[in-house]
Amino acid sequence: MDSTGHLETGAPETGVDMETVMQQIAEHKGCGTQGGSGKASCGSGAGENDLPPEIWEKVKNHPCYSEEAHHHYARMHVAVAPACNIQCNYCNRKYDCANESRPGVVSEKLTPEQAAKKVLAVASTIPQMTVLGIAGPGDPLANPAKTFKTFELISKTAPDIKLCLSTNGLALPDHVDTIAKYNVDHVTITINMIDPEVGAKIYPWIFWKHKRVEGVEAARILTERQLQGLEMLTERGILCKVNSVMIPGVNDQHLVEVNKAVKSRGAFLHNIMPLISAPEHGTVFGLTGQRGPTAQELKALQDSCEGEMNMMRHCRQCRADAVGLLGEDRSEEFTTDKIMAMEVNYDIETRKAYQAAVELERVAKVEAKKEELETLAGVASDIKILAAVATKGSGLINEHFGHAKEFQIYELSTSGAKFVGHRRVDLYCQGGYGDEDSLETVIRAINDCHAVFVAKIGGCPKGDLAKAGIEAVDEYAHEFIEKSAIGWFKAYLEKVKTGEIVHEARGDAAIRQGALLATAE
Amino acid sequence: MAYKIVSSQCTSCSACEAECPNMAISEKGGTFIIDPAKCTECIGHFDTPQCVAVCPVDETCVVDKNYPRYQAP
Repeated sequence: MDSTGHLETGAPETGVDMETVMQQIAEHKGCGTQGGSGKASCGSGAGENDLPPEIWEKVKNHPCYSEEAHHHYARMHVAVAPACNIQCNYCNRKYDCANESRPGVVSEKLTPEQAAKKVLAVASTIPQMTVLGIAGPGDPLANPAKTFKTFELISKTAPDIKLCLSTNGLALPDHVDTIAKYNVDHVTITINMIDPEVGAKIYPWIFWKHKRVEGVEAARILTERQLQGLEMLTERGILCKVNSVMIPGVNDQHLVEVNKAVKSRGAFLHNIMPLISAPEHGTVFGLTGQRGPTAQELKALQDSCEGEMNMMRHCRQCRADAVGLLGEDRSEEFTTDKIMAMEVNYDIETRKAYQAAVELERVAKVEAKKEELETLAGVASDIKILAAVATKGSGLINEHFGHAKEFQIYELSTSGAKFVGHRRVDLYCQGGYGDEDSLETVIRAINDCHAVFVAKIGGCPKGDLAKAGIEAVDEYAHEFIEKSAIGWFKAYLEKVKTGEIVHEARGDAAIRQGALLATAE
Repeated sequence: MAYKIVSSQCTSCSACEAECPNMAISEKGGTFIIDPAKCTECIGHFDTPQCVAVCPVDETCVVDKNYPRYQAP
């Protein structure tokens, strides 16, 4: 943290020392940021007491801004903003399929009034839904009237719900004051480059001042507007997340520079995401065969940026109409037809009571992790391994191997268990029977892991996983993820020490590009 | 010549509607249409037709040759 002067001068009215804040947030998130920066290691189970109350209030139940919160709290996006003002080579707005999960895609767009009704319907059904975001399917700030009308309606009817938006940044400087006015305190800007020469390979054109501007000139305008908007937001104390799409051979190395640039302008969190590009999506990158990164390439880039600032690794690259916990999509339950027929009883007290119960669960989880971690004290080893976890949420190992739509990935070392990502997989078990090809898909997705923690697993897949060098662990069913993983890792180190097993490095893994199915059954 | 929207190409994103200086664009039957009586091809307003410039799908906002070229009054 060497360039926070701007931040400190930028937030005088709140009296918040941003350097302290960033440090405390890093501790709160428990993300291992060992190294020259002197930030906390991942052992810290810091929470409420370690953060200034106003920052804690902003992140504690925001699943996108806190990795720890994303196990417990849900979000929803309302698709009120269809228009866009730029063209990206990884986006094709024509493609729309309910089985497709990626940004820019929705099944139906909503009016602000329909959106407000939908938020109440979802909030009444899913009490852990705490965040409402507008993420498109175009750019929210290219549709300012619809976007801000939606925020206005929701802030009246459901004042406890946090508002956020994500934007490409082109129109951002024009709307910062309105964003502040509606108490939108989380803004995500997608910044893929700070060098217009790189930008010209990602953005064919922007619509700017009533003209279509192309090439390097377009990218130059875009990057200036993005960075200006970021500075204006952080000056007002609005938390900013920066999303970057990692495009191998185009901006992968350059994203280290982007990371430095956004950090110096006060961004709170950086989310480097893998490019999604399949030919059937019809995007420019999909059609030219531009590949996305492998799991190892993505993690290496995220790791190299982590010394600089907090990295988000739990992003599921969700649709602009997603509903539910990250990693699940319940949007099918809340189509316009269904919500208009729903009798909505929005009870803020019931929601509060439910969330209080969630908080107790969280505290228990953090305590359990801390206790288990203490038993690792004094164990010396350089071994770092990855483990996959099948979970339905709440920070528990509570999903059957065959029902998992994704696996969460934890890095285990003597510093503890650290969340480093997730892998989508096809449903391995459909209709109660396993299928060889699907198991191979799972193995490819978690091939860099030594173990997979599950609530339950059949004998056959367990054997096949063992053949692939992955140990299926089911003795921690329904227990806390981190506590269990640390306990298992301790035993692993012990076995290596006694010579019972030989530690070997694992290979790379694939990031799945296909569709996320909305229904798990 | 007014402009028209090729409905099979239209993603219904509404970007053109807000940019049209003549309020000639509206939604109809799930996609957008241009009222040829109102379209001035943006002559007198902008250098390029706004719907063409902002549309995310190429060859979607095109010249409708059924209408004579717009004459500024």
